[in-house]
Amino acid sequence: MSAVIDVRNLSKSFGSVRALDDLDLRLEPGEVHGFLGPNGAGKSTTIRVLLGLLHADAGAVRVFGQDPWTKAVGLHRRLAYVPGDVNLWPKITGGEAIDYFASLRGGVDKARKQNLLERFDLDPTKKTRSYSKGNRQKVALIAALASDVELLVLDEPTSGLDPLMELVFQDCIGEAKRAGRTVLLSSHILAEVETLCDKVTIIRQGHAVQSGTLAELRHLRRTSITVVCDGDATSVERLSGVHDVRRDDGRVMFTVDDDALPTAMEHLLPLGIRSLISTPPTLEELFVHQYGSADAVPAGGEQS
Amino acid sequence: MSATMTAPRRAHRSHRADGGGSLTGTGRLARFALRRDRIQIPVWAIALGGTIGYFLVVIPIAYPDPAALQTRAAIMKEPAGAMMAGPGYGLDNYTFGAMVSNELLGWLAVASALMSIFLVTRHTRDEEETGRAELIRANVVGRHAPLTAALITLAVANIAMGALLSAALIANDLAVADSLAIGAGVGLAGLVFGAVAAVTAQLSEHARAASGMAGAVLGLAYVLRGVGDAQEIGGSFLSWLSPIGWTQQTRAFVDLRWWPLLLCIALTAVLLVAAFLLAGRRDVGAGLMAAKRGRANATPALVHPAGLALRMERGSILGWAVGLFLTGLLTGSLGQGIVDSFESQPQLAEVFGGGSGGDLLRQTMASFLGFFAMGVAVFAVVSVNRMRKEETEGRTGAVLATDITRPHWLLSTFAVTAVSSAVLLLVSGFGLGLGAGASIGEMSLAWDFTVASLAYWPIVLCFAGLAVLAYGVLRAGVWWVWILLVGSILIGLYGPVLNLPEAVLDAEPFGLVPQVPGAELEAAPLVWMSVVAIALTAAGTLAFRNRDLEA
Ligand SMILES: Nc1ncnc2c1ncn2[C@@H]1O[C@H](COP(=O)(O)OP(=O)(O)OP(=O)(O)O)[C@@H](O)[C@H]1O
Ligand SMILES: [Mg+2]
Repeated sequence: MSAVIDVRNLSKSFGSVRALDDLDLRLEPGEVHGFLGPNGAGKSTTIRVLLGLLHADAGAVRVFGQDPWTKAVGLHRRLAYVPGDVNLWPKITGGEAIDYFASLRGGVDKARKQNLLERFDLDPTKKTRSYSKGNRQKVALIAALASDVELLVLDEPTSGLDPLMELVFQDCIGEAKRAGRTVLLSSHILAEVETLCDKVTIIRQGHAVQSGTLAELRHLRRTSITVVCDGDATSVERLSGVHDVRRDDGRVMFTVDDDALPTAMEHLLPLGIRSLISTPPTLEELFVHQYGSADAVPAGGEQS
Repeated sequence: MSATMTAPRRAHRSHRADGGGSLTGTGRLARFALRRDRIQIPVWAIALGGTIGYFLVVIPIAYPDPAALQTRAAIMKEPAGAMMAGPGYGLDNYTFGAMVSNELLGWLAVASALMSIFLVTRHTRDEEETGRAELIRANVVGRHAPLTAALITLAVANIAMGALLSAALIANDLAVADSLAIGAGVGLAGLVFGAVAAVTAQLSEHARAASGMAGAVLGLAYVLRGVGDAQEIGGSFLSWLSPIGWTQQTRAFVDLRWWPLLLCIALTAVLLVAAFLLAGRRDVGAGLMAAKRGRANATPALVHPAGLALRMERGSILGWAVGLFLTGLLTGSLGQGIVDSFESQPQLAEVFGGGSGGDLLRQTMASFLGFFAMGVAVFAVVSVNRMRKEETEGRTGAVLATDITRPHWLLSTFAVTAVSSAVLLLVSGFGLGLGAGASIGEMSLAWDFTVASLAYWPIVLCFAGLAVLAYGVLRAGVWWVWILLVGSILIGLYGPVLNLPEAVLDAEPFGLVPQVPGAELEAAPLVWMSVVAIALTAAGTLAFRNRDLEA
């Protein structure tokens, strides 16, 4: 099956600022794809190119196999977008704003809207100006989720939601996924990405530095092991691929490269393992590694 | 004082210090506000000074001798004339100075009042509405500092304006004390209405509602003094209920007295106390009037780009319509006075282009219709420019991410501007015709002028089209549209009396419109203007289709 989103070597500059630099991004049908990166990395810019709101300087951009710049409208019929910074019109109510968006996308599903209003606990009769940030976001979320589309493009959709609403949101994305919809989710909330996403792309300074399933990404980092043995477990230090060996009381802690894990286990087994805890790298660790690493391709983002 | 007393005292005092510290940071905020307004304030001051300058050029041409001035005085004696202008001191021996204080002072005061209302709202409620005030107040900035800084800016602006005005008058060899009284009156009127805006800014959450309420108070003040002045020469008690009336009651250049200005000062003080009390009672960002609830579902009328644009523009269209209608009505009701004075002073009739009786009335009113069209053109450009804000605040992006094309969105919004411009033209034509018809007892004028007003629709759409083009080619900015529009307006208003070259006058867009119903209707210019309007709008739409969205 062809990709829902296929971006190759995308570049985009604003004057002298190079916001996107040779970016690649690919979403298969039905996948929930996390889009991660530090502030100013170019996530929102990429999304705006995907929506045909910005013109790509270079590279190939395809959404449902079509160019979003020239075919914007036909594509928009098949997708819904939630911006990170939801700005609504003054003077109208939240309910009216939802209807407005929904009708521009081709009609309101009354029942679905009502259901979402209840789940997100949103009062639709309040004027948009009196909504809190989270409530404004709910308006955009409900408008997007209530529409019958194949692709959801969400730019930090939950940055203002409380933990309860965050759960409702995760439920909704789960339903969307079961319904076979594709989701592009840009987010800084790692727990959310870890729960929801099949695949993740991490970008930095306008360039994709990592992309793959969470399992694949985990491969790139070491697993942490905490072990208690009868013998002296610190001897694993001699093995290649084992790092940071420390002793604490009777426990020995170390980290091990993914491919060195079997050797390390073989080494520990004869020593009489009493307990062993293996912790795969958290997304957070992957992030800190990726966000902070200096070896990524330099590109003139906000920060030099 | 015993040592045991000091501890609680100090605690008390430090609590007080919080209140005293409510002005912390005012100086920095005021400097910043003045910096932000460093263009606007001089532009307003120079525009008002320029109006005086214009009159210095025009009046000697229009009224070359005392006899001519007396014909002018005769118009001002009429209730309708008094209503538009002032209380009518010194009409028996009308001089240039008396003319300034009787006819010009009221409008100058309105202008400074408008400037002040916008200024205060911009620096108070607008800041809160956009959330910037929250960022400011979270710093080392006292509770009352933002309002105080806005008022300091207000004072600076009005002092600058009053001083420039007085200087322009004095430079024209008018009496120094009276010139100062005019400048002070205009400046104080600004202060009063700035203070009104400081109060209304506490009431509503929305900047536009706040300035709207203050504007309504200003309108009421003008109407009060108008009715009062119409009731009797020198003004009735109604005139004394209006701050605009107080500035006129100084009788500058006739029989100067200063004390009415004290009323302005006293009212300003009362209003400011009220504003600070209200400001102290409410939360940042909140109003005192709670926002109402609304519908849970949109009506079919809303869920279309044009429906939404109309909803957003509704208040402003209504405001313009009421304003244009009332001004049209008042202007039209001067009709009888003009006809009378033309009949008694044929040489004056020649200044206005000759002719006699009814024709003359139609011609004069037809040229007034052109002035209203200029106002509607300003509305149209402002209305088109609203799209810029929609885009920078991110709403356009959200809408264009749905199933709607850019041209569809742009043209829907434009359609609202175009249709409401037509409505505004019709309303001003109707008001003008109704007033004129009533004053000479010929009600068919109301219909004639209503229809005639549509002759100006194409030219108004040309300017709206320019604004669309400027929006489409976002980078080009919008200043050049304003230069073209304001330039056309200035040449249209003042060109004939400034003896500008024919070629310049002929090229003035508003002058190209046939002056119906005073003159024959020529179709050719209207067709051309329509073509230009369509071409500009199309070019703007194409440009918009091919550019990046800002936000
Ligand atoms: N309209 C614009 N004009 C100039 N520069 C821009 C514009 N839009 C984005 N940029 C720049 O492009 C870069 C990428 O911005 P973008 O908004 O895509 O980041 P982001 O990854 O969404 O960040 P965040 O996590 O903070 O939302 C930044 O350096 C930003 O300053
Ligand atoms: Mg972003």
